[in-house]
Amino acid sequence: MGAGQAAASLVAKLRALGFDGQLTVIGEEPSTPYQRPPLSKKYLLGELTADRLALRPDTFYRENRIDLLLGTTVTALDTTARTLVAGKRTLHFDLLALTTGARPRELPVAIRGSLDGVHTIRTRADVDGLAPEFAHGRDLLVVGGGYIGLEAAAVAAARGLRVNVVESAPRILARVASAETAAYFRELHCSFGVLLHEGVAVRQLCGDSRVCSAVLSSGVELAVDFVIAGVGALPCTELAETAGIRCDNGIAVDARGRTSAERVWAAGDCTSFPWRGSRIRLECVQNAIEQAECVAADMVGQTASYDPTPWFWSDQYDRKLQIAGINTGYDQVITRRTSARSQSFWYLRAGALCAVDAIDEPRSYLIGRQLLQARVSPDPTLLCDTTFDLKNLLTHRVPAPAR
Amino acid sequence: MQTIRATWILQDGRKVEADVPLGHSLMEAAVAHNVTGIVGECGGSLACATCHVHVESTPVALQEPSAAEREMLELAVQTPTATSRLSCQIVAAAALDGIVLRVARF
Repeated sequence: MGAGQAAASLVAKLRALGFDGQLTVIGEEPSTPYQRPPLSKKYLLGELTADRLALRPDTFYRENRIDLLLGTTVTALDTTARTLVAGKRTLHFDLLALTTGARPRELPVAIRGSLDGVHTIRTRADVDGLAPEFAHGRDLLVVGGGYIGLEAAAVAAARGLRVNVVESAPRILARVASAETAAYFRELHCSFGVLLHEGVAVRQLCGDSRVCSAVLSSGVELAVDFVIAGVGALPCTELAETAGIRCDNGIAVDARGRTSAERVWAAGDCTSFPWRGSRIRLECVQNAIEQAECVAADMVGQTASYDPTPWFWSDQYDRKLQIAGINTGYDQVITRRTSARSQSFWYLRAGALCAVDAIDEPRSYLIGRQLLQARVSPDPTLLCDTTFDLKNLLTHRVPAPAR
Repeated sequence: MQTIRATWILQDGRKVEADVPLGHSLMEAAVAHNVTGIVGECGGSLACATCHVHVESTPVALQEPSAAEREMLELAVQTPTATSRLSCQIVAAAALDGIVLRVARF
């Protein structure tokens, strides 16, 4: 149930593992499963056409006997009878996977009223509706300084729009990255003329039927032609909750992707799962793919525990941010500065490596990822020594750093 | 639309031949033609190495890999060889008509 990245990976893995039964994928959107990352990058820029977003060609589903019910909403789910209502049809299932994803948080009605010109970015249709707004010289207000907001700001600035980004936390990327990483991107966006308002909230969007200005908590009033809100995503759990499936910051699954209901699994953006002593929800392609494949394996009896080393990327302007691990609870950040553009920030918690943010420094990202996978923690003094080749950390031969 | 002809040799020896539009990467084309073993998890972002191929033959030498691709080949690919490339970085151009790629382990 759900036809995004997790669904596509799940059904492909099921067939690859020899599952021979009937397979049906139900999705609300009219398209076959497609890539979301390009929506706020190349697709928004107009560099990628819609037909190139598809995760798999139509022939893939035909050749693998995967039935697609697209443009169809599931309105009821009964995990005891093992039925669901999709459109006008009642379907029976033996095994069910919930891959319902997440939906963007909307700006509160008190702030946005019912004004036109206020957008979120989650689906292809969202971005198709945005494209006419992107004209040179227009004023864009981005609410939220997370990845979606900053990627949209980068695209807009590159297209000659005037961009203001408003972030209510003390700094951009506050929820996900360190002050060091935020400083890098602050400088980058400012160099392209984007105006950042950090520690500031939008008090009111104003206009007749369309937004034309915004009043900020700092008292500043901005001219606005349109708004993109990137203020977080909420897991789609309504149907699961109504069906009595346990939810806890997402549909709660165990390390095998099983929900509290028998014969029902879940994977991807809609789930929360146990990870190293806590329960987390990840919004990334890596999790959608790997958790879905874990569910597929469990469904055919090839059970393994899902214990990922999460990874993530964000493209802004010509810079590539690559992240490995989760930095929650970090108490130390080591900076490795290869050049003005190529830098990495290594997060430690009680002396142990827990994440890496690498910008235009793929070597650091890849080595950091391997160290995290191996649960190996490097000597912090070697991390900031740019004369030391980090690859030596992998082979456990650690020569004295060059002086 | 202008295309080139590309061939993939799968791990079991079977061949897939297809027309690839100019400007599309060989990873994108592989996915579009259900070439088993080419995944492209990161969408061509040089973050995953699941599009690893060995260049079996090419009419003209390919452009040298970027520094970022070289890092991936060195650190993210299981058993890289001298002919290893990430196919998301091979862009179809007229001079590459007839290129043959062997699907590799990632």
